[in-house]
Amino acid sequence: MDLGPHAAFIWASYGAFVLILALLVGWIWLDGRRQARALADADRRGGRRRSSGAAEGSP
Amino acid sequence: MQTLTQRLANPTRFMAFSGAILPWMAVASALLIAYAMYLVFFVAPPDYQQGETVKIMYIHVPSAWLALGGYAIIALSSFGLLVFRHPLADVSAKAAAPIGAAFTLAALITGALWGKPMWGTYWVWDARLTSVLMLFFLYLGLIALRSSLEDEALASKLTAVLALVGVSILPIIKFSVDWWNTLHQPSTGFTSSVDASMRAPLLISAAGFLLLFIALHLKAMQNEIMRRRVKAMRVAEVERGDRLMSAGAE
Repeated sequence: MDLGPHAAFIWASYGAFVLILALLVGWIWLDGRRQARALADADRRGGRRRSSGAAEGSP
Repeated sequence: MQTLTQRLANPTRFMAFSGAILPWMAVASALLIAYAMYLVFFVAPPDYQQGETVKIMYIHVPSAWLALGGYAIIALSSFGLLVFRHPLADVSAKAAAPIGAAFTLAALITGALWGKPMWGTYWVWDARLTSVLMLFFLYLGLIALRSSLEDEALASKLTAVLALVGVSILPIIKFSVDWWNTLHQPSTGFTSSVDASMRAPLLISAAGFLLLFIALHLKAMQNEIMRRRVKAMRVAEVERGDRLMSAGAE
């Protein structure tokens, strides 16, 4: 694939873009795993939210 | 009858709903982006003036659109928090900030790398570039303000007020190329002079990254809901311990 005389700028753009998105996706995915683990731990310890009786769905 | 927003106001229902649509959205996003990249690198022609550097447009323009869209989500969510006290509004605003910041950074970097071969410089302090840089700093400001305050309720309200004040940046960015003399070209819209052979890949790419943005936003909202649940459970646990200790002391 010949991208012409400015190929380096095109590849650098796509490289930076992929890197930013990869870091973002990775960070959100890892955070999800961390939160799920913390929630499972809290559940295992028999934790109850103060609101668990009154409003089942509060965040 | 409840609207969809009202029904999803319940975080438990939101978790179930978002959990069901997230995988489909991720797959659809990946397929659209893959198809767009195939069109970009193997089908779309070079521009008659810019040559192959026009390929940067297919990631730069969707990034810029989503940078603005992300802030619009934050502003709407902040309005929902301050006016309607929607239980998920603050979760949505908090979750959208880093995603919007990432797309803004992507728009700035890809724009600079597109600018160098086309304009002869990576950066000029023209109205469009400068206002997008301000948007990036605004995103960082929202994230920093929230994380600098321990009281979450106060942090939510202050961040929402700042987000609503900052929403004035959106029309400035959008119309900067019309209001001022800028090196940046006019907006690339649906009715602009972009040829159909380039417009189709651009719109498919934009649709793919829009779905990715929504999927990431939903996932980040799920994470935030879980984080708040864990925090609430820990607080309840500590309070239970305190009650037991004071009952034992009596």
